[in-house]
Amino acid sequence: MSNFASFKSLSRALFLGFRRDRGALFFTILFPLLFLVIFGGVFGKQSTGKVEVVEIGAVPVLDQAVAHDASGDLRKTVKLSRNDDRAAALKKVGKGDADAAVEQSGGKIVVHYSGADQVKSGVVQAVVQQVANSANLAATGRPPTYTVDGQRVEDKSIKGINFFTPSLLGWALASAGMFGASQTLVLWRTKGLLRRLRLAPVPIPTVFGARVVVSLGIALFQLAVFLLVAQLPFFGLKLQNAWWMSIPLVICGVLTFLSLGMLVGAWAKTQETAQTVTQLIVLPMAFLGGSFFPLDYAPKWMQVLSYVFPLRYLNEGMLNVMARGLGPTSALPQMAILLGIAVVAGGIAARLFRWDAT
Amino acid sequence: MTNTISVHGLRKRYGDVQAVDGVSFEVAEGEFFGILGPNGAGKTTTLEIVEGLREADEGEVELLGLKPWPRNSRLLPRIGVQLQATSFFERLTAREQLRTFGSLYGVSARKADEMLETVGLTEKADERVEKLSGGQAQRLSIACALVHDPELVFLDEPTAALDPQARRNLWDVLRAINTEGRTIVLTTHYMDEAEVLCDRVAIMDRGQILRLGPPAALVRGLDAPTRVSVASGVLAAEDARRLPGVDEVTDDGVSLIVETRDPSSVVAALSAKDALDGVQIRGATLEDVFLELTGREYRA
Repeated sequence: MSNFASFKSLSRALFLGFRRDRGALFFTILFPLLFLVIFGGVFGKQSTGKVEVVEIGAVPVLDQAVAHDASGDLRKTVKLSRNDDRAAALKKVGKGDADAAVEQSGGKIVVHYSGADQVKSGVVQAVVQQVANSANLAATGRPPTYTVDGQRVEDKSIKGINFFTPSLLGWALASAGMFGASQTLVLWRTKGLLRRLRLAPVPIPTVFGARVVVSLGIALFQLAVFLLVAQLPFFGLKLQNAWWMSIPLVICGVLTFLSLGMLVGAWAKTQETAQTVTQLIVLPMAFLGGSFFPLDYAPKWMQVLSYVFPLRYLNEGMLNVMARGLGPTSALPQMAILLGIAVVAGGIAARLFRWDAT
Repeated sequence: MTNTISVHGLRKRYGDVQAVDGVSFEVAEGEFFGILGPNGAGKTTTLEIVEGLREADEGEVELLGLKPWPRNSRLLPRIGVQLQATSFFERLTAREQLRTFGSLYGVSARKADEMLETVGLTEKADERVEKLSGGQAQRLSIACALVHDPELVFLDEPTAALDPQARRNLWDVLRAINTEGRTIVLTTHYMDEAEVLCDRVAIMDRGQILRLGPPAALVRGLDAPTRVSVASGVLAAEDARRLPGVDEVTDDGVSLIVETRDPSSVVAALSAKDALDGVQIRGATLEDVFLELTGREYRA
């Protein structure tokens, strides 16, 4: 008989089992996407909202500046409203409903701001200062000696969707791989399916190979879904040149997490134990491995601790090729480390492996 | 003629417990062989060693002339093993399940579907295994054991937890399989099942075989009294005691029960007194043999 036929049919059976498992579908595909939508949508666009400024009575300097704002820059930054009641206007600022209140009497302009949001209060003061300066300059009737021309530089720090797409995907892969492997192994053992398979003439590597191939297929599907969704205009991910290196990276990562899952599954006696232990590994790993926030901003001890978690290497490799725009070889060290962990964990799992529940 | 199974001096110890303590038996080709015993008697361990799932500490096992341990891939296609009814791939239909198992043995999908018919599950072909009733799941697991047309089939308590209809239905399936010339080894703790199905049974307890033989021979060998009962009141107990061949008489107000080792004389005498109202004759069964051998006290 052909082992390949057995392999194909086993893979098919396992895939059908996965596709019909609504819970697994939700947790492997939809749940991480939900996170991507939330994280990418909320933190993805780091643009600050407009600064809300209340005019107390008439503030001609501001009104004129807005009226002569040819480039529209001012209107993009500031939202003006008017309230003739001074006390009410100040109260608004105090409560945070407005960022500043401005009043003008003759040549004197007073800005009332709250210290709650330093960025916005800074913006308000700078804007008003600039408006006043322009008005002063215009009053002299002389052309400006110095002009400023702002030019934007490409931002190399990784934030927003460029960070969340690879790192949330890393978490999704770790979760799917570890839960999938540990649950399958314990379930097959407790239900007696392992013994049944042992009594069939199919080589055992064929059985496990089929399981691995199905997991890899699911992982590549996760990758595709993530990349497609993140590239929607709403999220605006731009793929870097070496993004295709994420495919071998994902494969290495899945092998690692399957091995770790097998390790848990080989050790745990019941499904409940396997589930709890897997969760206890995956969740801290996702946080400390840099899936939910960039490690660059984390405290030093956290950065050091992160080297313990395999997920860190997957995330790092993915960030290198997908977000930092580094070359294809930049992911090779991470891939080597992941494969190394996979081999060690797989070896221990094989030592702990039991056919029977008893 | 070589035996399909030959087992000699099998021993297996788990820690302090001698689970199997010197078991030997032979099973001929085409035989329906039963292993009986209370829980913990060692029958499952014996079966697992014979199937090749465990290594014996001592002793020899040969199946179809081959050794089952270590895992022997030349032997595996020739034997079929039914384990618990839950040993399935998750969320597959009955048909997909059977085709998947079939593919492990290189069996075509068409042949796998035929097996579904043999065990009477054609109507449930597209039902997921989780939705099958206990009896249906049990039949499917037997189908999975038979899908590759093995010469030798092992069934471990195939009718456990089934209702009476499902049990009898399964017996018919098992008898049909045996009639096709396959050798069947079955463990059970239902005595009626062993009596109805098996050509020979081995009664095990504490890791040893206590008796081995055809059920009827074991029952006869027990020399247990036959109980003849008639409706209470047709005959006084004192009169009954005077009948020929009577060992003991009891009257519980519903039935008058006569224990005898010569039931034909007793029945003839009752007939002469016209006292056969509601007569029932109950001989010893395999259950009596079993309880005689393994004791009546409850063991958890």
